[in-house]
Amino acid sequence: MTTPLLEIRDLHVRLEEQPEIEILRGINLTIQPGEVHSIMGPNGSGKSTLAQVLSGKEDYEITQGEILFNGEDLADMDADERANAGVFLAFQYPVEIPGVSSMQFLKAAVNAKRAFEGKEELDAGSLLRHFRAKAEQINVPFEMLKRNVNEGFSGGEKKRFEIFQMAVLDSVLGILDESDSGLDIDALKIVSDGVNSMRDGNRGFLLITHYQRLLSYIVPDRVHVLVKGQIIRSGGKELALELEEHGYAPFGVNEQATQPATA
Amino acid sequence: MTSLLTEPTAAHEGLELPAWLRDLKEAGAAAAASLGLPTTKLESWRFTDLRAIDGIDFAMPAAHQHALSAADLQRFAIEDLEVARAVFVDGAFSESLSDLSGVGPAQVLLLSDAVQQREGDLRDKLGSLMLAPEDGLEALNQSRMDDGIVIIVPDDAVIERPLEILSVCTGQGEPVAWHPRHVIVAGKRSQVRVLEHSVSLTDDAVGFTNSVTEVFADEGAKVEHYFLERDSRSSFNISTLATRQESGSDVHSHTVLLGGRLVRNNVQPTLNGSKAHCLINGLYVGDGEQLLDNAMRVRHAAPDCESRQHYKGIMNGKSRGIFTGRIIVDKAGQQTDAVQSSRAMLLSESARATARPQLEIYADDVKCTHGATTGRVDDDAVFYFMSRGLSEEVARAMLIYAFAAEGFDRMELVPVRRLLAREMIAKLPKAAGLSIEV
Repeated sequence: MTTPLLEIRDLHVRLEEQPEIEILRGINLTIQPGEVHSIMGPNGSGKSTLAQVLSGKEDYEITQGEILFNGEDLADMDADERANAGVFLAFQYPVEIPGVSSMQFLKAAVNAKRAFEGKEELDAGSLLRHFRAKAEQINVPFEMLKRNVNEGFSGGEKKRFEIFQMAVLDSVLGILDESDSGLDIDALKIVSDGVNSMRDGNRGFLLITHYQRLLSYIVPDRVHVLVKGQIIRSGGKELALELEEHGYAPFGVNEQATQPATA
Repeated sequence: MTSLLTEPTAAHEGLELPAWLRDLKEAGAAAAASLGLPTTKLESWRFTDLRAIDGIDFAMPAAHQHALSAADLQRFAIEDLEVARAVFVDGAFSESLSDLSGVGPAQVLLLSDAVQQREGDLRDKLGSLMLAPEDGLEALNQSRMDDGIVIIVPDDAVIERPLEILSVCTGQGEPVAWHPRHVIVAGKRSQVRVLEHSVSLTDDAVGFTNSVTEVFADEGAKVEHYFLERDSRSSFNISTLATRQESGSDVHSHTVLLGGRLVRNNVQPTLNGSKAHCLINGLYVGDGEQLLDNAMRVRHAAPDCESRQHYKGIMNGKSRGIFTGRIIVDKAGQQTDAVQSSRAMLLSESARATARPQLEIYADDVKCTHGATTGRVDDDAVFYFMSRGLSEEVARAMLIYAFAAEGFDRMELVPVRRLLAREMIAKLPKAAGLSIEV
C-alpha cells in the first residue's frame, strides 16, 4: 500500500486565544496521491480552520491527533517548511502586498523551495521561462507578474493568481479555501481548468467549499460533510448533489444559527 | 556650553570678504549668541535634545589635515552613476579628490570664490531664505559659512551629470564641526540634479555637520536634490534645505536618513510663483539609540501651486523618529493643493515614532490633506509569504522593504535607488538572504 499524501487522524483544534471553544473535534481524512477530495459544510463548521491548520497558521492549537503529510508529521514544521515540502494553501482572501512585485515574490518563493531541496538558485532566464510556461498552463496573463502581489487584482484575478502560484511552486497538495467564492462562471471555469490541468497521479487536492457549483468543474473523488468540527458523512461526488438539493438541514444544521463564525 | 559656539579664531578669517557678506556673518554671529543652541523648550526641538553633544570639543575644519586617497573614497561611490564630485574631508574642501568636470555650462565654485567671482548673482540670494533664524544653529551656520559649493546653472541649460557633494568624516584627530553653506541657482527652464552625501570613514568617527543649502529655482526650472545621510553612529547632522521656487518650477527633495546618532533634517520650500510644484520625499531608518528628526515647513506664497510630502520611517531598537509637517498657506496661496503623508513602521517594542502635522491656512480656497499612521509589519502578509515558502525573516524583510519601496520609486536616479535599497536592507534585522531588484 502506498503512503497517503495526507492523513489526518483524530484532529482536535482550538483557537489559542479562545481555548474554551474547540473548533475541530476529531477529524479523520485520508487523501491518496492523485485524489481530489472536497470538504463541504455550512458557515462556521470549521472548514477554513482546517485549511489554515494544515498550512501552518500559528493561531491554532492542536490538542489531540496528528497530521501526516507523505507520512511525516506536520506538527513540527513551520508554514514555510510545509510550503517548501509541497503543501499549498490557496487563500480565500489573498493578501494585497503593495511594494512587492509578483515577479520578485515568486522568484524568492521558487528559490526558497530550491534551497530547501538543496538545489542551486534558478537563474533569471530559467525562472522567466518557467513562469511563462505556467502562466500559459493556468491561463493567467504574463503581465500580471509585473504588478504588485494581488494589489488591485479583481476577485477572479486573485483566485487565478493563487492557482498560478501553486503551479509555479509545483506543490503536490493543493488546499483550496473557498476558491469559488465571489467568482462569476467565467472566472470559476478558468480557475477550475487551471486546477484540472495540474491533476495527475501524484498530486492531491482538498477543495473546501460551501457550494456544489465548484464541484461540477473540478470533479472530486470523495466528498465529506463537515458540521460543527466533525465529518459527519463521506461519499462520492453524488453527495455534493444531494447537499445542493436538500441543503445542510438533513444534517441537523439550521443555516441561520450555526456556530460562531471562524475566519 | 559646548565648544560649538566658541568664536572662530582670526586664523580662519583669512579672506577679504565683501562688506555685505561680512554684515551677514556678523548678524548671524549676533543671532547665534543671543539664541544659543536650540533646547527642548523650543516647540520645534521638543523631542531632540542637543545636550548629547555636551562634553565633546569640536575643532574647526582645517585643510590637508587628513589626506585621503581616491581609494579611501571608492566604497562611497554610487555604482553605475557618473557624477561630478566635490569632496570635503572633515569639513575642508579637497581639490585633489574632487572632479567637477562635465557639468558645463553650469558653473561650480567654492562659496569663498563665488562671492568674489559671482558676487552679483549671490548678493541678493545668499542668506535670503533664512531671513529670521528660528534657532541658533541656522544663525551659527550664517555666522560661519565654512565654505560650501555654489552651483549656478544658466537659463535653459540641462545638466545631465549629477553633482555630488560628498562629505567625509574621518574620525581621526579631534572631532570637527563644520557649517557649510551650499547654494544652487537654477536659471529659467534649467535642469540640475544635486546629491548631498554624508559619510564617515569609521563607525566611531565623531563629527558635527550643520549645513544649510539654499536653492533658487527660477521660472520653469527643475531641480532634483538628494540628501543621503550615512554618517557614523557617533555623528551629529543638522541639515537644512531651503528653496524658493518661481512660477512653473519643480523641485524634488529626496532625503534618506540611515546613519547618525542625532539627525535633524529640515526641509523648507517656499512656493513663490504660481503653478510651482514641489515633492518632498523622505525615508528614515533608525535602530539602536538613533534619533532622526524631520521638520518640514512648506510655504505656499503663490496661487495654483502643488506640494507633495511623503515621509516614511522604519524604527527598530530604541530609536526614535519624528516627523513635523508644517504647511503654511499665505493669503496669496489660492487654489493651493497640498498633500502630506507620514507613515511609520515600528519593528520593536521600544522604538518610537511621532508625527505632528501643523497646518496654517490663511487663504480660503485651498485643498490640504494630511494623514499620519504608525503601524507594525502586517502578520497576515507575513503568513501569506511564509505559506509560499519564504522564511519568516525574509518575509518580514521583504514587507519592510516594500513599505519603503514607494519612496525609492519616486527617485529619478536608479543607481541611487539601488544604493539606498542595499544600505537599507543591510540595516534590517535578519534580512540576510533577501535579494531585491530595484
